[in-house]
Amino acid sequence: MGNHSHGSPEDSGTVAKADDVAQDRFPDPGLPPHRPRIADSDPRQAKRHERQVALLFIISIIGTALFFVAYFVLGHLGDMTFAELRVQNAVLGLGTTFAMLGIGVGIVHWAKTLMPDHELVEERHEIRTEEDRQDAVEIIDTIVEESGIKRRPLIRNTLIAAIAVAPIPAIFMFRDLERSGKTAHEMVEQLRHTMWDTGVRLTRDPSGTPIKAADIQIGSAVHVIPEGLNEAENMLNEKAKAVVLVMRMNPADMQISEGREDWHVDGIVAYSKICTHVGCPIALYEQHTHHLLCPCHQSTFDLAQECKVVFGPAGHALPQLPIMVDDEGYLVARSDFHEPVGPSYWERG
Amino acid sequence: MKALSKKRRHPLAAVALLLFGLLVTGSLYAAAGSINEAKAATTTASAADIEEGQKLFVANCATCHGLNAEGSDAGPTLIGVGAASVDFQVGTGRMPMQMQGPQAQIKPVQFDDEQISQLSAYVASLGAGPSIPDEEWLDTSKGDAAHGGTVFRVNCAMCHNAAASGGALTRGKFAPTLHGVSEKHIYEAMVTGPQNMPVFNDSNITPEEKRDVITFLKTIEANGTAGGAALGGLGPVAEGLFVWTAGLGIIIGFAVWLTARPS
Amino acid sequence: MSSTTEYTPKTSTGRIANFVDSRVGGSAMVKEFGRKIFPDHWSFMFGEVALYTFVLLLLSGTFLTFFFDPSMTHVTYNGSYVPLKGIGMSVAMQSTMDISFDVRGGLFMRQVHHWSALLFVASVSVHMLRVFFTGAFRRPRELNWVVGGVLLILALAAGFTGYSLPDDLLSGNGLRIIDGVIKAIPIVGTYISMFFFGGEFPGIHVIPRLYSLHIMIVPAMIILMIVIHLFMVVTHKHTQYPGPGRTNTNVVGFPVGPVYAAKAGGFFFIIFGIVAFISGFFQINAIWNYGPYDPSPVSAGTQPDWYIGFVDGALRLMPGYLGNLPLEWVIPFPWGDNTLVLSVLLPALVPAGILFAVMFAWPWIERWVTKDNREHHVLDRPRNAPFRTGVGMAGVVWYCTMWAAASSDLIATHFLVSLNDVTYWLRTLFIVGPFIAFFVTRRICLSLQRKDREIVLHGREAGIIQMSPEGGFSEKHEEIDVYKRYLLTNFEDRMYIPAQPDAAGHISRKEKRRAKFSKLFFEDRVAPVTPKELEEAHGHHEVEGAQHSDSIEK
Repeated sequence: MGNHSHGSPEDSGTVAKADDVAQDRFPDPGLPPHRPRIADSDPRQAKRHERQVALLFIISIIGTALFFVAYFVLGHLGDMTFAELRVQNAVLGLGTTFAMLGIGVGIVHWAKTLMPDHELVEERHEIRTEEDRQDAVEIIDTIVEESGIKRRPLIRNTLIAAIAVAPIPAIFMFRDLERSGKTAHEMVEQLRHTMWDTGVRLTRDPSGTPIKAADIQIGSAVHVIPEGLNEAENMLNEKAKAVVLVMRMNPADMQISEGREDWHVDGIVAYSKICTHVGCPIALYEQHTHHLLCPCHQSTFDLAQECKVVFGPAGHALPQLPIMVDDEGYLVARSDFHEPVGPSYWERG
Repeated sequence: MKALSKKRRHPLAAVALLLFGLLVTGSLYAAAGSINEAKAATTTASAADIEEGQKLFVANCATCHGLNAEGSDAGPTLIGVGAASVDFQVGTGRMPMQMQGPQAQIKPVQFDDEQISQLSAYVASLGAGPSIPDEEWLDTSKGDAAHGGTVFRVNCAMCHNAAASGGALTRGKFAPTLHGVSEKHIYEAMVTGPQNMPVFNDSNITPEEKRDVITFLKTIEANGTAGGAALGGLGPVAEGLFVWTAGLGIIIGFAVWLTARPS
Repeated sequence: MSSTTEYTPKTSTGRIANFVDSRVGGSAMVKEFGRKIFPDHWSFMFGEVALYTFVLLLLSGTFLTFFFDPSMTHVTYNGSYVPLKGIGMSVAMQSTMDISFDVRGGLFMRQVHHWSALLFVASVSVHMLRVFFTGAFRRPRELNWVVGGVLLILALAAGFTGYSLPDDLLSGNGLRIIDGVIKAIPIVGTYISMFFFGGEFPGIHVIPRLYSLHIMIVPAMIILMIVIHLFMVVTHKHTQYPGPGRTNTNVVGFPVGPVYAAKAGGFFFIIFGIVAFISGFFQINAIWNYGPYDPSPVSAGTQPDWYIGFVDGALRLMPGYLGNLPLEWVIPFPWGDNTLVLSVLLPALVPAGILFAVMFAWPWIERWVTKDNREHHVLDRPRNAPFRTGVGMAGVVWYCTMWAAASSDLIATHFLVSLNDVTYWLRTLFIVGPFIAFFVTRRICLSLQRKDREIVLHGREAGIIQMSPEGGFSEKHEEIDVYKRYLLTNFEDRMYIPAQPDAAGHISRKEKRRAKFSKLFFEDRVAPVTPKELEEAHGHHEVEGAQHSDSIEK
């Protein structure tokens, strides 16, 4: 078979030769002869089909009745148990299925078995005739000519300019989709700040109770929000930036870069929970490999290496929240994050 | 400690003792900061149980975990893991492990309840660790499913799926489904952090909250689904697969029937 | 109007016809459509499936709008579902919960709506694949192909805007991913995100906005496009598969009235019945499992609905770093550093861009390469257009690789393999898959064509083994009838067209490029059997007796 596959049509018996272009074709034998159905000649069979179609329509009526049984008998307003709901839903579905399939299958069965099944031939006519096209071109030429748009370029050009400019206000109308009154710079800057600040306590998500450093053992992961978040205005907006995961590992296993020496408390570290890829909460902490995995796009960060990206699509490490302990032994933030949390954006730098 | 004394004339006794001492000190130090319910589990277990447990341990676990549970290359030390850990690992069939792999797999439980409690008692006697939870914390009639659901979504759903049907972790590891897992084992998993699961000690998720989580899980398990088959509770992927296979399959079937010529 | 001789109808049909006709001129329409011929083939039904699921979407969607409230105002849920009682959520989520648990049949309607949506996009996709692989997009139907492509995009838009409305944890995290992708757009991305969400993510505006799009402009545009689409179908008349009696100048099939109308009308009820069955017995998007949206939690298995999956998969496949080189470039400008987020931009825009660009342009690409500008009303069997089938399969494999990547975590857990390995394999397949698919598919098509030649020349295998007097065994071959022979020999025989000089005798660079494509596509081809060849083959039989096996292997 090899010689068929690679060029050189001359070598191959089954591949047409290049000069064989004007080859003759087999003549069209026309439509195959019509094969009659049993029902076409046997009235008893036709009668049987008729009864089947009627039966299907009756099944449909029963299906509709079943729907009402499900609606009124199996269901009631308010406080239905899951089991009741499941049964009701299933019977509603079943009733509708019978009601619809009964009609549909019945009609199709009728069409297939009792309506004529001779295939008909219809000639295609040309979509346009040459004459029409010429007339149309002429009409358009006349319109263009009479409008004088070609002869008066000043009118044409100013019209084009006007039409081009006119929609711009429509785009600017959408400016107030954002109505905070912030300047462009302020809008972008707010992405750099979160609720965290010096002395803000780390509290548990969602209860908001503060956390003692001693409460966190090696291998545990605590989901953390800043103190006062639950009472904050725009709670969800603040939460979307401020959520933090606190973990503890042996300080000897951690690589700590310069300037971050005092960001942890005896191996307790806090990292932003918002993935730097496209912003899913990243909270799958594996205590032995100390990897953090994002369930949305599988970016993997290594806690031992300051949450550097070790796999997946994320483009930079998770931001670390510097923490310390206050007088009462509770964990507090040393400052806000030193970089914007979450996905990268043009102005991030 | 009777069981240990039997072996004190073993050639390695001195080494073992030294190791044991170091490990106990270390784990006590680690556990000291924790306000876990690190009660000495020996309170309920008799000395005979511990002795029986040790026999079982030497026969079934020592190959990997070491003769005195000091650990080896094949398995971690069990000193200070507590009774809850043993009860979970052995009680769910994860231990003894069939083979080394990314993580221990569930298989039929290898020991009866009594043997498991003996093993637990023995390991608990080696060092303080989380104990088997009291019935009180497993009683779902006292829990609050709604609050448990909130705690579950924040702390557990990212790995175990919001419908508790499980999910993937890195490099072949995975978070198993929580359907059909007993109340006790769910609780034990939270306090001990088996495999790569983080530890959720009682200061992070209080025993009451753990009970709420269990109540939530048992509620959704008992509820079943409202709208028919759950398709694995896996979300849009399963639904898409279903539409492309069964949904379009049925439609193509009808389309073929509709356009076929009857006999 | 000189109505001195008023027409008086005699039958009731005549009376109705007269009433309608004298007011809106319906007779012309009946004359035009009443007996219009439509060819019958199961693969022609997907367009109807799409249309009918869309009707179901309109019906169930209208029901849902009566109960759904898109507000993002925070409320405390106090409905029937116990595990969420007392939990704070948005009004949108609350009203969706109420539809599910406190409106009788509401859950059923939600499931009808969602299953129909999945089926709608699926049937649009399969319909487009059918059109592509059979070459139905060729002149004069190029514009209808484009309208179909626009409909696909609108279907994605409708699905996406609807996916986000319940404001549960799954859809909220989906929106957050969209926010991350929008922010990656250079220069304007941050502002687009701010405008879209009315400030920072998530805000309280986005769901009412998506709702307006979902129930007004998007469905209105879909309806408009469907009208244009169907108008063109009627203008062009339907294509038909090749076969005896079917030519480029006729249509063979059933008349609209009664057979085709009955079948098509019945099919609507069948589709409705199937969707009702699925909705009754299979749960979809159990929002009560996910809980209300909160920026902190996330569920394992967070995926979009299937039709957005390929973009999500592309996002998953993209590495954030190539070796140690981050794909997030910080570019120092005089006014400060700006970030170009290639690790998000490339996967979010490039694969979808290439897929849709090639899809829209394909009719013209093919016309340019083949220099074939004739009208085509008879379809290609996919095997008889190996180049097109190969390109299509390359696209399908590419798409499916990304699609599979969107479920990499579930592949890992269900086939007990490492999540990371799945990603590595799919990354490889993403690059080499389309090429392998093209060449393998083309080979398969050529082989099938050769098989057709065999059948025409030597008959089909009868399954009867004969023993010759010498003791040799051979299989009896039966000659095929003229109808089958016509089907197997009557196909478009496309050939490599070398670069042609233009009027000035110069071969342009564009023409050379075209010739390269032409060579790639048509260098290997299998020609249809000619009557002469068949005659020779028969003569050959007489000489060689029953030993055809040699000629088969030739």
